[in-house]
Amino acid sequence: MSTTLTAPTTETSAPKAQSLNRIGLAQTIYRGLPSTLCTGCGHDSITNQIIKAAFELGLEPHRVAKLSGIGCSSKTTAYFLGQSHGFNTVHGRMAAVATGVNLANRTLLNIGVSGDGDTASIGLGQFLHMIRRNVQICYIIENNGVYGLTKGQFSATADKGSLQKKGDENEMFPIDCCALAIEMGCEFVARSFSGDMKQLFTLLKAGMSHKGTTLIDVVSPCITFNNHEGSTKSYKFAKDHEEPLHEIGFVPHYEAITADYAEGETHQINLPDGGRIVLKKLNRDYDPANKIKALELLSQARDERLFLTGLLYHAKGQPSLVEQKRLVDEPLATLPQSCVRPSAEVLADIMESLK
Amino acid sequence: MSADTSTHQASSVVKSTGRSVVNDVVIQVATSNGSGSQSANNILLKSIFQMGVPVSGKNVFPSNIQGLPTWYTIRANKDGWTAQRKETDVLIAMNQESVVDDLRDLRPGAVVVLNSELKSYLTRNDLHVHIVPFNELVVAACPEVKLRKLVTNMIYVGVVGYLLSLEVEEIYRAIAKQFKTKPKAVELNRNAVMIGYNWAAEHLVNERQFTIERMHDADNKILIEGNLATALGLLYGGVTVVGWYPITPSSSVCENLIDLLRRYRHDPTTGKATYAVLQGEDEIASIGFVVGAGWAGARAVTATAGPGISLMGEIAGLSYFAEIPSVIVDVQRMGPSTGLPTRTCQGDILKAYFLSHGDCRHVLLIPGSVEECFEFGMEALNLAERLQTLVFLMTDLDLGMNHWMSSPFKAPTKDMDRGKILSAEDLERIKTFERYRDVDGDGIPYRTIPGTNHPLAAYFTRGTGHTTAATYSEKPEDWQSNMDRLTRKFDTARRLVPPPVIEQDSRSDIGVIAFGSSDMAVKEALDQLRSEAGLDAGYMRLRALPLNGEVRDYIASHRVIYLVEQNRDAQMASILRMEYPELAARIRSVLHYDGMPIDARSIADGILKMENQKQIKS
Repeated sequence: MSTTLTAPTTETSAPKAQSLNRIGLAQTIYRGLPSTLCTGCGHDSITNQIIKAAFELGLEPHRVAKLSGIGCSSKTTAYFLGQSHGFNTVHGRMAAVATGVNLANRTLLNIGVSGDGDTASIGLGQFLHMIRRNVQICYIIENNGVYGLTKGQFSATADKGSLQKKGDENEMFPIDCCALAIEMGCEFVARSFSGDMKQLFTLLKAGMSHKGTTLIDVVSPCITFNNHEGSTKSYKFAKDHEEPLHEIGFVPHYEAITADYAEGETHQINLPDGGRIVLKKLNRDYDPANKIKALELLSQARDERLFLTGLLYHAKGQPSLVEQKRLVDEPLATLPQSCVRPSAEVLADIMESLK
Repeated sequence: MSADTSTHQASSVVKSTGRSVVNDVVIQVATSNGSGSQSANNILLKSIFQMGVPVSGKNVFPSNIQGLPTWYTIRANKDGWTAQRKETDVLIAMNQESVVDDLRDLRPGAVVVLNSELKSYLTRNDLHVHIVPFNELVVAACPEVKLRKLVTNMIYVGVVGYLLSLEVEEIYRAIAKQFKTKPKAVELNRNAVMIGYNWAAEHLVNERQFTIERMHDADNKILIEGNLATALGLLYGGVTVVGWYPITPSSSVCENLIDLLRRYRHDPTTGKATYAVLQGEDEIASIGFVVGAGWAGARAVTATAGPGISLMGEIAGLSYFAEIPSVIVDVQRMGPSTGLPTRTCQGDILKAYFLSHGDCRHVLLIPGSVEECFEFGMEALNLAERLQTLVFLMTDLDLGMNHWMSSPFKAPTKDMDRGKILSAEDLERIKTFERYRDVDGDGIPYRTIPGTNHPLAAYFTRGTGHTTAATYSEKPEDWQSNMDRLTRKFDTARRLVPPPVIEQDSRSDIGVIAFGSSDMAVKEALDQLRSEAGLDAGYMRLRALPLNGEVRDYIASHRVIYLVEQNRDAQMASILRMEYPELAARIRSVLHYDGMPIDARSIADGILKMENQKQIKS
């Protein structure tokens, strides 16, 4: 793959002046290989928004690591940011691998893509522990309630009463990854819909700018196995039921706020890197800084089958994993021998103490 | 002294052979787990060691925090034979629960130091028994009631010190070293030793069956547990990321490593850590950390034991197939589930060699001494990066958790080997990069690490089929050629791993092959065979898998090979037979799998039995 990539300097596909981002790269640089998912798959929309968000934020591709588990969603890391290292790991274990990546190189921005099977079933334990440790990662769940690659079995996020394509009904309560994440101390928890491009795009930009673990749970319909009548993860159901909690705007740290927001209608959240999230009130008066309210809301949403999207919870202050570990500023991966091998005198002293 | 009343018949002594056995003794201390006997046993061990006598200390302990029987065995031997020996010469019987068996198992003429509380259990009259009123003595030694259990142990150090003629100054020196930052503890323990020693001198009839005399064979040596040696090796190997999950008997690898890293691996100006240690939620997470960190360019390691290896199976295969440097230290123990977690064995050889699904084979480094634990700890990190694969460091409970004498370790003279890593400058120069292309013909491709600032640097790592350029492929020819390259890489590993060592040269047509913690017992067994049965045999010690050609030549040049290993299924023999089917019939197995460290007598008897059978048949 890497040999066929086009270097930014040789980019000639658009004779018209292509718009370049703040680090001088065209959006094409942020693309990956063509998708091999089904036409109309919600995941491809998410991929497109990741590309757009990374482009607009001006991420340096070499500073990004793409990580995924196994499943349709996990394949998508090959479809964006072709100039970033990617690692399609094993089923349900991306969280631990990402943790290792974070420890080895704290300067990387990790983008994790997982599915509902990968995260909420086989990988639930690792997912929770990753959050508990506050690993630096923007973790995106492409949530369709179903196992696609193995042809349509329910996942643990399928709603109770939801119907399988063949008509079987899911009898178990769903696991709400957002509620669990809040409970585990995640400080950026959002839910979105692959069809709500504007909101998703904004959440991704904000999430990629957050320090520590970011969770964005994106309902992303499976066009082949879970898009029928009776499914609560179908396009129709999601479109009909989506209720955004607020209109969300994001101003990255390198931009000044230009829009005018009337007093009282908006709520601004300052991110540690200087970026700002601006939330404009809609029907509900919702404050994403209140953990208990967020959990209450999610509980209500589950009982009443509401599809609430937006920034569910945001807090700041907990140290990220590498801060907890008080790691040196430079990546551990590239520390020279002089920094990682104690002297011969130290060994001689240790030997002396064992005599 | 209040204990005077019980003293007249403190020693019941059977007829002595008269002469004292000098510097050749096995002492066994029988206590209960959690009674705090470890410091006392350590001081006894160190006192003998400081007198220049080769010595080892082995702890046989239960899977329990408090209460179950535990035994500590010290073997001092002037010829340097410090492997396990089954017969005890001197028993210190402190534990009511085990005393009946402990006394029953002694050979006639053995010496016993018996807690007076247990004297009703004594039914034999063919032992040299010294009955000591520890519970009375400790009252004088220690006014603080809650410390008395600990101090009682130090009293037996004094009693045994007297019986073995240990130099009291050396006992005091060992105490001072052990409790160097706690002057009060030094005082208390010295006093307890003195009370025991003086009481014994006054009340016991010492026939001096066994004595320790100063010699110089332990001068300038160290005493160390293998798990600390391994941790030191990893430290000097420049480890940067450690993922782990506690499991006996490997936990002390990581605990020692954490202590060392805390002490020696902070940036001198900022005080920040040049390492990260993370305890996982299980072994799957631990190996996940390691593989993630290895992918990102760190030198990463985890330590575990058999059950942990099982859980790591899937990601081990990913490490092999996606070619990610990673190191697993396997401190082997017995059995599945809890098995016998506190007993030793070499039972993970086959599992580790083939761990995971599909065609997988891994590199195993197998240290035979604490010194090699140190050396191979460094080498495992080098080889993992050189070969871009998973490397196992296979030790076991006996090597890892027991005290072994060794020459002091030498600081490495060789630089860390980071393997084939391409920098942005390299990419700019060569203008091409394919992650899985065999450029050099050794099967080892080049890699870049995430963060390398060059448009050619990125590649996509996957467990699925891939081309040389790391793109997805399900083409049969792509899959097969990749597997064939991995075979080439494994053949390169044969040249790079530590070669076998001919430990004992011989013109005999009998050869012995062994590995790991069996080494010391094998050498002693060969000595026994020579001196007792006139049987001469050579000895080759394996130090790694995959095997190289030297092993084949060695087997081919002997009529029969006795392969000594500590498992039931002759695991290493199976690998040898598989690699050299034409020589399979020459290999006979000497197997030891009762959970106790392997001893020379079992090996010598095993070999002799098979040799005799063979002669009768022919």
